[in-house]
Amino acid sequence: MLVEIITPDAKLFEGEVSSIKLPGTNGGFEILNDHAPIISTLTAGEISIVLDKGQKESFEIHGGVIEMQNNKIIVLAD
Amino acid sequence: MANLKEIRTRITSVASTMQITSAMKMVSAAKLKRAQDAITQMRPYAEKLREILVNISSTLEGSAEGVYSQERETKKVLIVAIASNRGLCGAFNANIFKAAEKRIKEYAGKEVQVYAIGKRSADYFTGKHTVFNSNAEIFNDLNYEHVAVMAQEVMDAFVEGQFDKVDIIYNEFKNAATQEVITQQFIPVVADENEAVNVNADYIFEPSKTSIVVDLIPKSLKIQFYKSLLDSHASEHGARMTAMHKATDNAQELKAELKLTYNRQRQAAITNEILEIVGGAEALKQ
Repeated sequence: MLVEIITPDAKLFEGEVSSIKLPGTNGGFEILNDHAPIISTLTAGEISIVLDKGQKESFEIHGGVIEMQNNKIIVLAD
Repeated sequence: MANLKEIRTRITSVASTMQITSAMKMVSAAKLKRAQDAITQMRPYAEKLREILVNISSTLEGSAEGVYSQERETKKVLIVAIASNRGLCGAFNANIFKAAEKRIKEYAGKEVQVYAIGKRSADYFTGKHTVFNSNAEIFNDLNYEHVAVMAQEVMDAFVEGQFDKVDIIYNEFKNAATQEVITQQFIPVVADENEAVNVNADYIFEPSKTSIVVDLIPKSLKIQFYKSLLDSHASEHGARMTAMHKATDNAQELKAELKLTYNRQRQAAITNEILEIVGGAEALKQ
């Protein structure tokens, strides 16, 4: 699935991933492929993603919102 | 009639002015590029955020009664006037002041205060109108975090009831040569009714629709504020570039004219001298 992480100042990440872990307002959660459409707010914490090849990457955020639809995830981070 | 030496000094001075204006044009062009990139960078974020908000609002029964959409009787108004720190950018700042004055006149009888952003804005409004606050440092390091703090200050003032309405006046960036002065109501939030709604997915909302909307509205306001500043910043450099380009052209013209006069005068002086010599020689012969 395609993930885009953008902040008002820059685009942090764009690419295919196999899973993404997010700091949701109601607690952390993980999204895998073919997840149902979801919109959730995020709190301060760490986004960690696992790329298709198994590599891991992580980003520190202060908050934000995430939208997932049709295997496309957009994270609007602060 | 100016003598040769005077003209020569003027030519040198025009030439050095031209050097300065063309250097300033170059600098502005480089800065414009960066400012423009910042806007393009920010746009997808703003659009996406807006899309999500519209998506949720349209599925939300009733409207989310947020603190920022509260319509109150307008008694106290804040006008955020975004200008620049430096001059030499054509009518860029003057246009903002004109629009602000017009707006203030429209609010006659109400208590109007100004939030002056940019040194020029602060200089202009101080003493003329009540200045709520001013900020001249924001353009030195324009990033979202700094702007968010400023936007929060304005939003808090609204919530506390210091103001019933907040307007923003800024230059919108069209292209390098054109800016348009925009006067926009910032708070209370005006709902866009004619927004195209395409709710094609059954979203799961985490934690809940209402709390997401409540969370997103202040965020989108801050983004809007940030966008105005970025727009103004890019416009400023665009305006300065155009102004300096014109100045360079004018200097070029002036220099050519002066050069012509100089050559003419030089020729006249030479002719005079020859006449004198010939006249002298003629007198000696006799």
